[in-house]
Amino acid sequence: MRSQVKKASIAIFVGLALLFAGCAGSGGGKEKVTITGAGATFPYPLIAKWADEYGKITGGNVSINYQSIGSGGGIRQITAKTVDFGASDAPMKPEEFEKAKGILHIPETIGAVVIAYNLPIEGRLKLSGEVLADIYLGKITRWNDKRIAELNPDIELPDHEIIVVKRADGSGTTFIFTDYLSSVSKEWEEKIGRGKVFSFPQAIGSRGVQAKGNEGVTAVIKQNPYSIGYIELAYALQNSVSFALLKNRAGNFVDANVETVAAAAASAANKLPKGDESWYGVSIVNADGENAYPIASFSYLLVYKDLSYMQEKKAKALVEFLKWVVTDGQKYAEALHYVPLPEEVVKRNLETISMIKW
Amino acid sequence: MKRAQGDRIFWLFAFFSSLSVIIMFTLLFYELLANSLPIWSRGIDFITGMVWNPLKGLFGALPFIYGTLVTASLAILLSAFLGVGIAIFLSEIVSGGIRDTISSIIELVAAIPSVIIGLWGIFVLAPFVRDSLQPLLQHLSFIPLFSGRTLSGLSMLTAILILTFMVTPIVAAIAKDALLMVPEDLKEALYSLGATRYEVIRNVCIPYARQGIFGGVILGYGRALGETMAVTMVIGNTPAISASLLNPGYTMAAVIANEFTEATGDVYLSALIGIALLLLLISLAVNLVGRMIVWKWQQES
Repeated sequence: MRSQVKKASIAIFVGLALLFAGCAGSGGGKEKVTITGAGATFPYPLIAKWADEYGKITGGNVSINYQSIGSGGGIRQITAKTVDFGASDAPMKPEEFEKAKGILHIPETIGAVVIAYNLPIEGRLKLSGEVLADIYLGKITRWNDKRIAELNPDIELPDHEIIVVKRADGSGTTFIFTDYLSSVSKEWEEKIGRGKVFSFPQAIGSRGVQAKGNEGVTAVIKQNPYSIGYIELAYALQNSVSFALLKNRAGNFVDANVETVAAAAASAANKLPKGDESWYGVSIVNADGENAYPIASFSYLLVYKDLSYMQEKKAKALVEFLKWVVTDGQKYAEALHYVPLPEEVVKRNLETISMIKW
Repeated sequence: MKRAQGDRIFWLFAFFSSLSVIIMFTLLFYELLANSLPIWSRGIDFITGMVWNPLKGLFGALPFIYGTLVTASLAILLSAFLGVGIAIFLSEIVSGGIRDTISSIIELVAAIPSVIIGLWGIFVLAPFVRDSLQPLLQHLSFIPLFSGRTLSGLSMLTAILILTFMVTPIVAAIAKDALLMVPEDLKEALYSLGATRYEVIRNVCIPYARQGIFGGVILGYGRALGETMAVTMVIGNTPAISASLLNPGYTMAAVIANEFTEATGDVYLSALIGIALLLLLISLAVNLVGRMIVWKWQQES
């Protein structure tokens, strides 16, 4: 009796398992395509939105699966071709570009890094690139230093040490920030340079704080008066943190918003390399333009020019998705605090995408 | 026939489960060693180097080893005292409903995810250290341990406090269970001779339960060594060695968590994996020493 019950229950269990497996397999008439991507955390909210909207547009036939494991991870995965597209805040370094033969760089959106601060002052702080670099080099140590005061003649600056906050973890935000400081300060470029991580110089001493993630830096700034740090524009807006007006290359103090950041990208548009060339050194920080915000950067999608290693159906779907991302997809950017690509960059992207063969 | 078969199947299952754990551990060790080879070719400089600057290609792991050992050791010192104290309170002083309630609360605290405790650390503990604890400790600033300062409250001291908060429940729970196992008649015997409660606890309960208590302390130490999220949110993440607890520091687990995803380049990656290997070795060493001490006690009794 017992063995009969046992046999019956095994049979039912196996039957149910097969039924569910079968259901998961086919699912309706048209076959679905899943496109996988991995990379930077910065554009993740935007890519997630695109995945959602594009899924709706294609009636659920194309689904996008994106893992935000960091730009480094994204570059590793696309080089190994374990994902269909990669995403990175910084363009590939020459060594990386060598290993990923035939990779295309497609700017998908623009991010801006703002200089957030916590000060008991009236009005907004104004800073210039050189002063910012010297604050982070430890040469300017107090808020009422005359170099900060001369940029802010109408503000009563407190006599207090500057608490300097930076990222502890490797990130594209740090890369953009150090890229900017390197382009406005020779001393910074020599002493520290550009990188996804950097170490505080000795002079900062106990005034330096390192926090994890944009969230960490934002939290530290909000908790500690007299602190200064760099975060993505989206975080500053969402958490109502004050950020500084920066002096751009043209000499104007600009705010960070959609217009000023797009202006930075637009002015660099005709100097961009071809999609299949190396994009190392492409940088839109300290851009020309009356209204350009000085700390801006593209975030890139990385995809191969030759998709013949992929199933034809998937390759076609990927190309269609990329075309949509750089055109219609851009209208979802602003609501999520990302900056949409200017016309010239969209045109360049469409040229790049037309190079893709499958 | 069937029962013997069932027995055999169970034996095989138990055997292969144990074997799989050993295999997984060996594979883990092998992978860590293999992937960190580039950094070991730099020799002893990696372990003794005091500068960590990936951009300049300098990889010295000493600040992290120092940070991990200091924060974990001081935290376990505090936790051992607090935990055993709580355990004695729960096993000898109270009973029944109060004991169960407090035990449940302690177990709940042990189960709180470390990210949440880390958030509490940033928003509550760090400002507290900066504004309330630090001014008090500056009276003691002639002691090198308290000579530094933190402008943000993110420091090794904050990390030690947070680790203490996380590890004390573990020590308390295990020590309490160990103390509850002390036979009643042993205690009664001493009480009947006129001993006070303190004398009974000191002469009977603790010696009897010392293996269990010590086991709890070792377990807690292991947790403190490897704790990542809560520590990285409050320690300040500065790779520097300083005598003062009020200065920021960095631990091995924290640097791996922070820098691994964006690390590019074989040497950089291998340096981080090398740090992971060192952490594994330190944890093993701690456990080994613990086992040897317990073994020695068993020999004595």
